[in-house]
Amino acid sequence: MSIQVTSPVSRAFKARETGLIVIIATIFVVMSFASEYFMTAENLLSMVKSFSVEAIVVIGMTILLISGGIDLSVGSVTALAMVIAGSLFLAGLDPWLSSLIAIMACSGIGAVMGLMVTGIGLHHFIVSLGVMVIARGLCMLGTGGRPLGLFTLPLEFKWIGTGSIGPIPVVIVIFVVFVLVFDFLLRQTTAFRKVVYTGSNQKAAAYSGVRTQKVIFLTTMLTSTLCGIAGVIYMARFGSAQPTFGIGMELNVIAAAVIGGASLSGGSGTILGAILGSLLLAVVSSSLTLLNVSVYWQDIIRGSILLTAVTFDHLLMKRRG
Amino acid sequence: MTDTVLEIRNVTRSFGPVRALRGINFDLKRGEIHAIAGENGAGKSTLMNIIDGILQPDSGKILIDGRPVRISSPAHAQKLGIGFVHQEIALCPDVSVAENIFMAATNQSHALLMDAAKLKANARDVLSQLSDIDPSLLVRDLSISNQQLVEIAKALTLDCRILILDEPTAALTEREAQILFGIMRSLAARGIAIIYISHRMVEIFENCDRVTVFRDGELIRTDKVSETTAENVVNAMVGRKIESLYPPKLATAPGQAILEVEGLSSSRFQNIFFVLRAGEVLGVAGLIGAGRSEVMRGICRLEGNAKGRVKLNGRELKLRDYADAIAEGIVYLSEDRKGDGLFLDLPIDANISALNLAHVSNGAGLIDRGTESRLAESLGQKLNIKAASMRHTVSTLSGGNQQKVALARLLAVKPKVIFLDEPTRGVDVGAKSEIHKILRDLASEGVGILVISSELPELIGLCDRVLVMAEGQMTGELSADQLSEQAIMQMASNTGWKKRSA
Repeated sequence: MSIQVTSPVSRAFKARETGLIVIIATIFVVMSFASEYFMTAENLLSMVKSFSVEAIVVIGMTILLISGGIDLSVGSVTALAMVIAGSLFLAGLDPWLSSLIAIMACSGIGAVMGLMVTGIGLHHFIVSLGVMVIARGLCMLGTGGRPLGLFTLPLEFKWIGTGSIGPIPVVIVIFVVFVLVFDFLLRQTTAFRKVVYTGSNQKAAAYSGVRTQKVIFLTTMLTSTLCGIAGVIYMARFGSAQPTFGIGMELNVIAAAVIGGASLSGGSGTILGAILGSLLLAVVSSSLTLLNVSVYWQDIIRGSILLTAVTFDHLLMKRRG
Repeated sequence: MTDTVLEIRNVTRSFGPVRALRGINFDLKRGEIHAIAGENGAGKSTLMNIIDGILQPDSGKILIDGRPVRISSPAHAQKLGIGFVHQEIALCPDVSVAENIFMAATNQSHALLMDAAKLKANARDVLSQLSDIDPSLLVRDLSISNQQLVEIAKALTLDCRILILDEPTAALTEREAQILFGIMRSLAARGIAIIYISHRMVEIFENCDRVTVFRDGELIRTDKVSETTAENVVNAMVGRKIESLYPPKLATAPGQAILEVEGLSSSRFQNIFFVLRAGEVLGVAGLIGAGRSEVMRGICRLEGNAKGRVKLNGRELKLRDYADAIAEGIVYLSEDRKGDGLFLDLPIDANISALNLAHVSNGAGLIDRGTESRLAESLGQKLNIKAASMRHTVSTLSGGNQQKVALARLLAVKPKVIFLDEPTRGVDVGAKSEIHKILRDLASEGVGILVISSELPELIGLCDRVLVMAEGQMTGELSADQLSEQAIMQMASNTGWKKRSA
């Protein structure tokens, strides 16, 4: 009988995406006055390029967070994909085939993690923590800790990472396609609706006939697979495989998803929001660099943005609930 | 000066627009056992929560020993000598019985170290009055009824003058309940005032001194038990003759069998046989822990690994999981609406389509928002769900409307059999009789309806036939003309008697 009617104003206020766009736009305006380099096409492109590959991992993490899971291994699994693909290429395999095998290997890692979570009943956090360390160890073992120079990579493969279609870099095209596809899937398909149900209330999902273990298994595997794809693109971009790449990436990725509205307790989050979260972090970091702020301060500021976002969220939730 | 320990003067409390308590005047005397009766939502729990400091009254006064007090928290209530045994068990499962019993004492103590040996000895002392539970066991290893006894022991350790017991016998066997009544009487003889919440008339009339009835947030009447009858109390509870509350029962003989269960067994229940027929509303009675929900969830493949035969319209079913059961048209309404029945943070329409996403999507697995909202609108209209928009989250609805959403979810699959576990728990009186009518209508349309309820008047009023379970077994069956609270309770505590006295 008691129905809370939300006014349009408060609803717009609540819409996470609107808030983030406003904040990002504000930074743009301020920065365009503060630095003459900021609004140059070159700077804007490099900013988007800087997070566009990582954004593929953000998509995976967001979906996993929505289902109620988390993955700390994304950084090292991405690096491992580079190392596997790079090693196979150096061993004489075709780069495309090497990449495919590397991506499948990452899916395999995700499947193992998924099985440990659903089959044995371990927590995502612990399983992925273990895998994070193991995958990094494998990277070091496979390369002796040194980057693999892949100078003979064919140009058409490198094109993925460094080429452009017209004025637009290929990595940005790939990024936009991934965002659009997964945003659509998450909003419109029954398969991803089941992910939302599972994360919102796993028991209630089971009581709605959703095979929740299968959902959790698949989202875990999807995240690792997307890491594999990102790793291969990074390899094409750098022309090398770097065993130490992506250390600390998991924190950045989780922060982006959470700033974008995903919750560690599952059930909420959007792809668009998470990408805006990524963009915000990239814009802030680019701005601070242009303003000659020390990198140490950048970490402090990024951490503070994350805490502000979640605090804000929590207070809004409390007022609603 | 007087022997009134607790006095409530003109206390009022609202939740949003709902007035949960209106001008309550109530008094509790030293050494009395005072029963409080009333349906769900009548205001009993709200008043108890106010006395325990969990809620604050909007207006009115609370006096303890004649002095006005403001009870700010349960810890404060404890200091004032108020002990509250909640209906829900609130123990730490991974900690020993002894530590649980003295949780409050440990919390208040300034000692740096725990004295395990002393704790255990003290716990044994307290428990010795109740039962032979080993205080060093972990609470998670105890049965539900023993956990309930630990809850009671916990309250006894606080040197309380006012003890509130909220339906403490719901999970107990008859024998354990009798022990509890003995303890209550000896506590009362020591001068402790006891508030005893129950809807079991037999218990009230055998053990209590006075009885107060609540209905719709008002205190209807307080009588000495010796000066009133069970019928008066029940009529005061429901406010009208009990028959008129429920839709008319099946006038003709029920139709053919829809669901036949033959020799179903699992670790939680043994050798269950029953038949659910077209047109009837079949009830299942039993104490908490008797295995009622487990049987239904076992049939649906929601939990456990039940073995035995289940036939739907004469055809034997082979179900792997609940998704298969839903596909066959067998659905289950959970007893815990908030815990596992609904997605509180999701919109109403997304909740309603959850069991039948195929219906609101095209062949390629794309959800059609239009179909989804039309489904929600039509079921919302059919069940009279009061919501401004089907896009609002379920958490904004009242308990009764939430329950209707939970029911709408099931109806979205056009089920053949619906198991309903406590379908009207925490639902206001109006919505309750609406739900009863919906169930009766569904039964007349040929849907198999099976209702689990711990509220005996509900089973008696609603059902054409009632199965009774105790300790994992079917212990009896009562037809409409045999139904009475006594008959059900006797069967429900049946094996408890046999087992303990053997």
